[in-house]
Amino acid sequence: MSAGTRAGLVALVHAEWTKFRTVRAWVVAVLGAALGVMAMGLAPGENGSCGTRGPDSACVLPVGPGGQEVSDSYYFVHRPLTADGSLTVRVTSLTGLLPAMPTDPTAPVGTRPGVIGWAKAGLIVRASTRPGAAYAAIMVTGAHGVRMQDNYTGDVAGPPGTVTATSPRWLRLTRTGDRITGEASADGTRWTTVARVRLPGLPATVPAGLFTTSPPYAQTPSGLLGPAGAETGPTRATAVFDHLDGKGGWSGGPWTGEAFGLPDNAPPLMRGEFTDTGGTLTVSGSGDIAPAVAGATGLGTTVTQTLIGTFLALIAVTVVATLFITAEYRRGLIHTTLSATPRRGGVLAAKAAVVGAVAFATGLVAAAVVVTLGQRVLRDHGVYLHPATVATQVRLVVGTAALLAVAAVLALAIGALLRRSAAAVASVVVLIVLPYLLAISVLPAAAAQWLLRISPAAAFAIQQSAPRYPQVDNLYTPASGYFPLPPWAGLGVLVGWAALAMGLAVVAIRRRDA
Amino acid sequence: MSDAPIMVSGLRKRFGSTVALDGMSFTIQPGQVTGFVGPNGAGKSTTMRVILGLDAPDAGRALVGGRPYRSLPRPLCQVGSLLDASALQPARTARNHLLWLAHSQGLSARRVDTVLEEAGLAAVARRRAGGFSLGMRQRLGIAAAMLGDPPTLILDEPFNGMDPEGIVWTRAFLRGLAAQGRAVLVSSHLMGELQDAADHLVVVGHGRVIADTSVAQLLAAASGDAVTLRSAALARASAVLAGAGATVVATGPDAATVGGLTTEAVVSLLSRHGVPFSEVSAQRATLEQAYLRLTRDAVEFRAATPEEAR
Repeated sequence: MSAGTRAGLVALVHAEWTKFRTVRAWVVAVLGAALGVMAMGLAPGENGSCGTRGPDSACVLPVGPGGQEVSDSYYFVHRPLTADGSLTVRVTSLTGLLPAMPTDPTAPVGTRPGVIGWAKAGLIVRASTRPGAAYAAIMVTGAHGVRMQDNYTGDVAGPPGTVTATSPRWLRLTRTGDRITGEASADGTRWTTVARVRLPGLPATVPAGLFTTSPPYAQTPSGLLGPAGAETGPTRATAVFDHLDGKGGWSGGPWTGEAFGLPDNAPPLMRGEFTDTGGTLTVSGSGDIAPAVAGATGLGTTVTQTLIGTFLALIAVTVVATLFITAEYRRGLIHTTLSATPRRGGVLAAKAAVVGAVAFATGLVAAAVVVTLGQRVLRDHGVYLHPATVATQVRLVVGTAALLAVAAVLALAIGALLRRSAAAVASVVVLIVLPYLLAISVLPAAAAQWLLRISPAAAFAIQQSAPRYPQVDNLYTPASGYFPLPPWAGLGVLVGWAALAMGLAVVAIRRRDA
Repeated sequence: MSDAPIMVSGLRKRFGSTVALDGMSFTIQPGQVTGFVGPNGAGKSTTMRVILGLDAPDAGRALVGGRPYRSLPRPLCQVGSLLDASALQPARTARNHLLWLAHSQGLSARRVDTVLEEAGLAAVARRRAGGFSLGMRQRLGIAAAMLGDPPTLILDEPFNGMDPEGIVWTRAFLRGLAAQGRAVLVSSHLMGELQDAADHLVVVGHGRVIADTSVAQLLAAASGDAVTLRSAALARASAVLAGAGATVVATGPDAATVGGLTTEAVVSLLSRHGVPFSEVSAQRATLEQAYLRLTRDAVEFRAATPEEAR
């Protein structure tokens, strides 16, 4: 690029910036967009009970070895294991109870038989009885076959299939130093190693034994107009074990049963129990040993919630960006612009730079305010907020600014292609804003996921702050801050749309008579 | 020749089935106001849009100072133009409208204030252009055209919507620009507006040039064959002149219009035959009449065409 061209481009951007700032309605709309984001982010629509009823009511989740918050509650039947040893058991049955939603919404929630997919029963070794301590476990599950899991996030699949009296499962957990090996077998003779994990610093004597747990149930009843809220409730699983056989450093004495990690006020359904009738042990439990999640089956929300007003800014910024070019076509001002600057591609580039920069700055300020102050407001309202790393928070702020900037460029390009304000504004809203609003409101989950993969609204993925765990059932919906694409890939979809539209717009403005 | 302020050569353009330009060619010179006249739809605005690089011709080319407009690095410093005075963002003030234009050419805000002053808009510079009358918008458009102090100006119907005072001001302004050595192309569909403003005329119809002439020549041509005669002995005078082959049409008891003879011939004939007369003068056609005559021919040509085609 020659110095002259560069100077020309600077002059062009200067001219377009002067155009932008001298129309008061546009400036007001952009400032209003920032205020809208802040208003929605700082005035939470939800309240919680965490910490609002004195120090004892503070919500504190256990923190796992990986530093993340975890669920750590289950019915635990244990004995101390000193040094090396193994435990073998046969599981002959895994049944359970699920909440039964009454057709009369005022009636109490009942129960119905059923096992939730991630109900777990098997053998576990843990570093201590401290909540959040390191562990390794081999288990049968409601719908995901045999699994070997460790430290809340580790998850390895073993032999598939469900447990019945006719097809029981044998499980074995072996400790050698700080190494734990999980094995599974269909007949107790031919064994398959599912996984070996290492629990560094595992004490010599550790609690180990049988466990059963069953995570909360959540479902979105789908009506004609899509999901109508979430039905959630606790569940309970009951496993029947026999052929329990410990080898190595097991201490003598009876097996101790306890409902581990349950709050004192847990409903009766969740309080587990265990019976031992002549070597057949029946263990019932509720809870989960897994990463803690926000939303329907978890506690509280994520920092993404503070950015709920982004769509307001998206509407304002994209409409202004569209009008930034269609208003010129409407008034014939485009002739003045193009006779002042015959390099038409340069005109579009300068306009894109201006609306992009304005949208970015707007998004950056608004998102920085709500991500910092909004979290405090939510906590003050007793809402449990899953902590996000500084890097994640920076990504949310910068990503939201980038989302608005790229969307503004896309809107500008659509405006340049369609030239008519009404048609262009309608197209921009339908293409960019509507998919997001539909996805977080009335659309069934599958349609919402599909829309958020291919539409420009995929870029909202940049605002996801909590990971999605395959081993935790939850309503991973856009409305609760979970998007189908990874953050930067989602933004990439929007960038693709904007690049395509800008390319078409440059070709069109060069070829067409002004 | 190719470095003329504006050179248009063989422009053709169709919009669908409508022929807008059909071989438009002309050149304008510096130091002159060139009137670009013709009925609505004759192709004046399209030609100007092609010159300014806004529309692409199907054939032919238009050069500004020997270069295509689109290749000019700072075009407003080469050619100032006013196409549509209403092409304004109504919410923007007059000064801000000129300010962005100035920034696009790397010009300073001081230049903006200068042209506002010249156009007589200094008092309303900070008012929204949306509230301007059409006449004020025309002045703002002229100010915008002057922003880059260009040697060439293209103004499309600048008199539209102006009050008489504005028309007088604009005429004087255009004459002043030509006196400074600039080339000015001014379109109008009303020839009367260009009276006392234009030096040269490019008359167009149906997308091509009908006449490319100086104003003096056009007036002479339009006036040439009619003489006004005033005589107390009109009957005798008529007989003498008719005998010499002239056509005489009485326009009053002692007045007639004589065709086919010059004033000199009429005076000498009447003197030789001793016929008294009080006035013999060449009829001075107005620019309007000369123009109407030209365009009437063009209209007749168009009306005749279907007959021939039959």
